[in-house]
Amino acid sequence: MNRPKVCVLRTSGTNCDNETAFAFKKAGADVELVHVNSLVLGAKGLGGFQILALPGGFSYGDDVASGKIFANELRFKLIGQIKEFVAEGKIIIGICNGFQILVKSGLLPGRGECAREATLTINDSGKFEDRWTYLLTTSDQRLTTNCVWTKNLPPVIYLPVAHGEGKFITGDNEVLARLKKNKQIVLRYCDEAGKSSDYPANPNGSEDNIAGICDETGRILGLMPHPERHVLSTQHPRWTGQGHKGEGDGLQIFRNGVEYAKK
Amino acid sequence: MFYKIEVFDRPGVFDAVGSGIKKDILDLGIKTPPDVRFAQAYLIDGEISQSQVKLVCEELLVDKITQSYRVLTNDQRPTTNDLFMIEVAYNPGVMDPVEESVRKGIRDLGIDTAVSVKTAKRYMLKGNLSEQELKTLSEKLLYNKLIQHVVSDEAREISHGEVGYSFNLITVELLNASDSRLAKISRDGQLFLNLAEMAQIKNYFKKLGRNPTDCELETIAQTWSEHCAHKTFRGKIDYTEFIKVRGRKIARKKKIDNLLKTTIMKVTKELKKPWCVSVFKDNSGVIRFDEKHNVCFKVETHNHPSALEPFGGANTGIGGVIRDPLGTGLGAKPILNTDVFCFAPPEYPFTDLPKGALHPKRVMKGVVAGVRDYGNKMGIPTVNGAVLFDDGFVGNPLVYCGTVGIMPKDKSFKETRVGDLVVVVGGRTGRDGIHGATFSSGELTHESETISSGAVQIGNPIQEKKMVDTILQARDKNLYSAITDCGAGGLSSAVGEMGQDLGARVDLENVPLKYSGLSYMEVWISESQERMVLSVPPENIDELVEVFSKEDVEATVIGEFTGTKRLELYYKGDLVCDLDMEFLHNGLPALVKEAVYIQAKHSEPQFPCPKDLAKSLVQLLSRYDICSKEWVIRQYDHEVQGASVLKPLTGIVNDGPSDASVVRPVLDSNKGLIISNGINFRYGFFDPYWMAASCIDEALRQIIAVGGSLKEVAILDNFCWGNPDKPDRLGGLVRASYGCYDTAKGFGVPFISGKDSLYNEYAVHGRSMPIPGTLLISAIAVTEDVSKIVSMYLKEPGDLIYVVGLTGNELGGSHYFALSGSIGNNVPRVFFKKAKAAFEALSKASASGLIKAMHDCSEGGIGVAAAEMAFSGGLGMELFLTELPYSPDVKRNDFILFSESNSRFVVEVQKKHQHKFESLLKGIPFGLAGCVSAGKEFKVYGLDGKACVKADITELKEAWQKPLRW
Repeated sequence: MNRPKVCVLRTSGTNCDNETAFAFKKAGADVELVHVNSLVLGAKGLGGFQILALPGGFSYGDDVASGKIFANELRFKLIGQIKEFVAEGKIIIGICNGFQILVKSGLLPGRGECAREATLTINDSGKFEDRWTYLLTTSDQRLTTNCVWTKNLPPVIYLPVAHGEGKFITGDNEVLARLKKNKQIVLRYCDEAGKSSDYPANPNGSEDNIAGICDETGRILGLMPHPERHVLSTQHPRWTGQGHKGEGDGLQIFRNGVEYAKK
Repeated sequence: MFYKIEVFDRPGVFDAVGSGIKKDILDLGIKTPPDVRFAQAYLIDGEISQSQVKLVCEELLVDKITQSYRVLTNDQRPTTNDLFMIEVAYNPGVMDPVEESVRKGIRDLGIDTAVSVKTAKRYMLKGNLSEQELKTLSEKLLYNKLIQHVVSDEAREISHGEVGYSFNLITVELLNASDSRLAKISRDGQLFLNLAEMAQIKNYFKKLGRNPTDCELETIAQTWSEHCAHKTFRGKIDYTEFIKVRGRKIARKKKIDNLLKTTIMKVTKELKKPWCVSVFKDNSGVIRFDEKHNVCFKVETHNHPSALEPFGGANTGIGGVIRDPLGTGLGAKPILNTDVFCFAPPEYPFTDLPKGALHPKRVMKGVVAGVRDYGNKMGIPTVNGAVLFDDGFVGNPLVYCGTVGIMPKDKSFKETRVGDLVVVVGGRTGRDGIHGATFSSGELTHESETISSGAVQIGNPIQEKKMVDTILQARDKNLYSAITDCGAGGLSSAVGEMGQDLGARVDLENVPLKYSGLSYMEVWISESQERMVLSVPPENIDELVEVFSKEDVEATVIGEFTGTKRLELYYKGDLVCDLDMEFLHNGLPALVKEAVYIQAKHSEPQFPCPKDLAKSLVQLLSRYDICSKEWVIRQYDHEVQGASVLKPLTGIVNDGPSDASVVRPVLDSNKGLIISNGINFRYGFFDPYWMAASCIDEALRQIIAVGGSLKEVAILDNFCWGNPDKPDRLGGLVRASYGCYDTAKGFGVPFISGKDSLYNEYAVHGRSMPIPGTLLISAIAVTEDVSKIVSMYLKEPGDLIYVVGLTGNELGGSHYFALSGSIGNNVPRVFFKKAKAAFEALSKASASGLIKAMHDCSEGGIGVAAAEMAFSGGLGMELFLTELPYSPDVKRNDFILFSESNSRFVVEVQKKHQHKFESLLKGIPFGLAGCVSAGKEFKVYGLDGKACVKADITELKEAWQKPLRW
């Protein structure tokens, strides 16, 4: 397969769909923006796609709680299609609001019948914040995971967050212990040197500095930071001082997905 | 069945709302604030069983990890001395976007029965509070009576405020009305029409031999309102000015016919820039971007609504201006927002507040939250802005909101055709925002909040987002021939404008309503948000409706563009309005207003130059106008859409102040847009002419500072002024307009759009306080190559520091003088030729890659600019005042360092480029004034060769960051 096909799923309030599409195209995929209504009504199916992307935004205004209404739509209207998609070995990425949707629908951490074992809640700062964060990846041998999305990344990458409800917490310590044991925690907030650090390095107060997790298969990734906002070198906040690097740190994440889908 | 569900955080979970309120209570001056807990309440009514409600709670409303809930059947209302419960709900008719989402959520759970949903907020306060304190606190923090109320009696069902409406045509007795009666009709009906205008209307109907309907009168009042017709700027003015020219007092008289055409628009006409595509015609000004795209820019104000309900006012302000580019040509995609605010200082004493005014800190927090909510949810980055403070804005804050859009070249023009259908798309129409256009054409009084409460609304950004998404799809399928926004004046102004040349017929009963009970007149003039009007060829209507309905947006045919040149409105077959378009749009009687400008004369303060200026520098950095606005900026998503090239915050730890923002709206192209603004109402205290010149200079030099050029720059004017019916206020406005003309002409930069908001006065018991006359200049520049963009923070020790531009004795209105409580008299001027030459030379230098960092000097002068560059870069600097260019009359360290002369820059250049840089600047005043140092020391050597500032950049930065670190 030359260019895998990505379904960028949108609904009322989705707003990072175009730049997510741009990132996937740059990484070598073909992209279609699909409104959730056409999946619910059966006008379109996920069959022709290899990658499903849930982009950022404020789906349904994030009313009730961020991502909640869209998550329920997936759980109660589309779960069959999505399970089939996953069972076929295809891959999913949820960014920011997409991560909130994956967690609140139970697709992440993804144990059993979509048990909802974690949540993303209001930042400790009490407000929406847009800021750049350093992220510890799993390039370290001890952390190696089977996550298809986070391979071949340098030890620390730099991506922006922009959210008001990004504090990741699990229901109980067992869940957290299991996530660690299964190496599902694939991105952690850190300082420039890769060391764990408090606010603002950890922008929201997430448990264990968690910025992104995958499911047990490693094929579903959710993360609060926006890799699609760092695919061009001019998106880096200090390129005027440090010069162009060719591409942004986020592009590799999309490339990983595309490369995997090609196989 | 009726259920009340209360959702609250589990113990140990951080209650963000509660702790935010607690912080605000401290600000109120209540020393021992109560503990505040927050609960979200949902009221559900309808055919829904207890087990279904349980499902709704557990699957939809409650996050079991952080929250618990209870379903209340009986109201439990503990009111012991130390626990107070206050429940706040929206007033009937106020839009609550959460209702629709929750109903969708319930349907998705498989519950298809009809269910109504309302929300409420519950605050539980624990602590010792008197009844009075409780009342103050509730009114000041927890709710705004214009849109909300405290739930007192236990509700047992959901009231929709719905009543039936039975048609009854209302006419207004004008034909036999005396002058005093005409004035009373205008006043009582909030028409804000003067006697001459009322008489003109009377004459029109006299010829017809009948009285007008209420709907006709309202339509005329809206079309003729200052807000829509701009009759001050387009009318006649008898202008007299008393000014001093080269020491000689002179008096000049002038008769002005159309101030706009003879100043602002005249520049554009004379400059004839080929890249100006559509100016002063459409809903925003359009310029060329690249081979395939045009971009458009509009800035609006939403001052009066923001004064009364800051969140809602700013919220709908942003929502409204987004619809301007969307309603330009055949529709532009919004790509960035700007916002500029003027408030009274945050520590303004509560006891000094004018009656009816909200405290400035609450206004500021509400306004910022309103912009955040709407801008972020729309997915439009807020990339540029400013916040200024002055006591004069206490009753009347200024809230400027701007939006830039991009569209394909071939979608830049519209043309309504006879036979096209009138289609309204987006949100439904309710009783909100009635009288907004006329309301903003009068002064605020302490009674405004009760009289004009209908003018206050809350926006629904998701409704607007899906409307934008679908409109752009319909545009690309060529399904409609024209589009405009429903802004002030609602359908009345949108349809009236689109059908101006052709005529239109509308059947008002076809307009989709939020709830029943609206009269035909309310339907017509309602300013409900998130609506646009399209003109659609009949053969496209089915396909168009489908494009919208696929994504849950309503598109409804409500009439037709007829060719009769009349505005004909029907309600279920009854004619309720029949007006001649010619009269409606051109019948406004020409008024002659009187304007007098007398140049103010203040004296320069006399005090010796302090030896040590470090303290002054620290104080300046802590001034609210100068200090870091990071608290505001971070709450806005300034990077969504992925286009940002230079962000509003920059520096080694991303927290320094950028001069302008740069985006690349087409992600795979190197072309960019630079956005900046210039505003400084203080200079208007001396001379509005030089204020205007300074604002334009500031907006342009920020573009130069980030590496742009003057080649393709367009500017916008936004005047916020006092009552133009008072000659002194209008005199200043005329004077400022002349400043705009001369300066824009001098720089060769055209205006492409503008807006004026007049009547910014706040009357308390008959005494009227105008705001400081304020001009905002917004600038947009196209730049060929974003890789040449320059940022403001210092990059490398050893680099050279240049100061470009002459420093004059121009501290009138400066922040340095303000430190000692004086304002001075020598207002900064602009020397157009010299300034332009300097700008052009610096553009060449940045395009040749010679500049490492550049920052413009504005409030606080060279001292503040250089300090900001240093602490943003985490590096030290040495600066020698003897080496920088200053005029002979400023032989003082403090004046050189803090003068606010225009057209100046501090520039960092690598040593190896010294020769090249200096030869490019030949003939321009500049000085090699210092260098970047490796340490943390910021050091300035005075005219005597001794250090007059020695400061640690960490301390300077702290002084700059602290004031607004909320």
